[in-house]
Amino acid sequence: MFDDNKIEDTIKIEPFWEIVPAIEFQDVCLAYDDKIVLDHIDLSVRRGECKIILGRSGGGKSTIIRLILGLLKPDSGRVLVDGEDITDYTEVEMMPIRQKIGMVFQEGALFDSISVYENVAYRLREQERDEAEIDREVRRMLEFVDLADAVDKMPIELSGGMRRRVGIARALIGDPSIVLFDEPTAGLDPPTARTMCELAIKLRDLQDVSSIFVTHEMNNVTNLCSEYATVSEKGEVHFEKEGDKLCLINTEVLMMRNGQIIFNGTDEQLQASDNQYVKRFIKGER
Amino acid sequence: MPIKNGCLFGQPSFFVVCRMLAFIVTFTERFQLVSPKGLMNPFIRFVSELQEVSLLIWRAFVSLFSKPRYFSETIRQMDMIGVGSLPIVLLTGFFTGGVLVLQAFPTLQYYSIQNEAGHSVATSLIRELGPVLCALMVSGRIGAAISAELGSMVVSQQIDAMRALGTDPIRRLVVPRITSLVLLLPLLTVACDILGLIGGGVVASTIYNQDYHVFATSVRVGITTSDLVSGLIKPIFFGLIIGSVGCHKGLSTSGGTAGVGRSTTDAVVIASIWVIIFDFFLSKALQYLLDLGQL
Repeated sequence: MFDDNKIEDTIKIEPFWEIVPAIEFQDVCLAYDDKIVLDHIDLSVRRGECKIILGRSGGGKSTIIRLILGLLKPDSGRVLVDGEDITDYTEVEMMPIRQKIGMVFQEGALFDSISVYENVAYRLREQERDEAEIDREVRRMLEFVDLADAVDKMPIELSGGMRRRVGIARALIGDPSIVLFDEPTAGLDPPTARTMCELAIKLRDLQDVSSIFVTHEMNNVTNLCSEYATVSEKGEVHFEKEGDKLCLINTEVLMMRNGQIIFNGTDEQLQASDNQYVKRFIKGER
Repeated sequence: MPIKNGCLFGQPSFFVVCRMLAFIVTFTERFQLVSPKGLMNPFIRFVSELQEVSLLIWRAFVSLFSKPRYFSETIRQMDMIGVGSLPIVLLTGFFTGGVLVLQAFPTLQYYSIQNEAGHSVATSLIRELGPVLCALMVSGRIGAAISAELGSMVVSQQIDAMRALGTDPIRRLVVPRITSLVLLLPLLTVACDILGLIGGGVVASTIYNQDYHVFATSVRVGITTSDLVSGLIKPIFFGLIIGSVGCHKGLSTSGGTAGVGRSTTDAVVIASIWVIIFDFFLSKALQYLLDLGQL
């Protein structure tokens, strides 16, 4: 019959308490001269989770993303990516870590001297991948962001929304396990902003990507926390509303104020929060 | 202290000086001997910038010996720096050679040594004016372009994006630019010198009716190998100065588009001043090493 020991050898299921978070901050502090940017920050992003970081401009939201990428170093505390402590890593040591992270910049940050195709292909070219593979992947990613027609255009010819979407395609090429969005909807019209959120939902629900979504817009929180993506039998992606039967547990909101975390929980908890600052922020009051 | 052959305790004296200056900065900052807005601030800023430029050169140098290398980017830069700068360098050389003869010929005629016009023009052009003027022209054109390009990349987060995509900006952006300048500035200088001699010859023969062969013979007899070596060594250092200052200023840009303008101006001004200061010390060193003290 069955050999229990053999089964144990072949199937190793990691207990949930041993699963390493995709991103972890342990008591991180950072200051520029006298200005404290991050004040004893502890946060954790689980695998497949989308963490929305809310807060006013200058509250330290983007700094968190820059610390994860190693573009900045903390004054104290530890930063861990996939369980690996990257706090003291050099620029050279950070390169393999950055390969697993995709970053969507606020304004797209496309290289304006090269075409859309070359922008998206950039990471794979750096990895010296095969030309046929690069071509296949670039076209797949541009189709994912609905920009298959813009392949030969230069960044200067694109609208703001298109630039962001090319930025997303560039961030997602090579299938990174972590994606960081730095205010990807800032300055965009509502339909384009919704498209950005849908892309983030697709990554979260269909590709099990861990992500951090930095924003100051409550619309994004509503979209990301109340909708999920499914694939029909025909292979079409549908977005459905979270209802009474289902509650999304893979999306959490974290609110920052003056470098401190003042709220961490689900969107329902955010709406029910007693914190006056949180209440005012949700209502859009000063 | 025992200083022998330009070295201090076996280390190159340049690096020792840099480390000593860096120590002074750290010491004064740590013990708050001077406030950031104090009188010593410009000195500390200068030392700090010198340290940063030295580190940039060192990192670029180390990057040369390991992969990845960006040959296509280097070729593109060579095209922009070399081919792109050729017209202005040729024009500068031609008219400088011409004006040298225009000014020197009457004086030489007064002393009845007008047959030495070619010699005097060739010596001053090949030793000094060719390398320096060429460096200043390239500094104005390329130093500004490098600083503006890198500065705009910084303010539009393209440098951050590059790092986030796993590319070292020093390898990708700095090394090709400095390499191209170091390799091509000597070639541009040679072109400038040749056009300068042609310009001098044209002025001597057309305005002062000197036989062209007399001018050419004077040049040929007057130029020594030491002159040529000296004229080729200087541009190598000037290329290094223009490239490193331009890249450093560009990469340390802050403050949006206004910051890009500031960086560009700083890059041109600082590189030009350094070229002129370095020229003096290089001339002195080469005079000593190549025995150029006598005409």
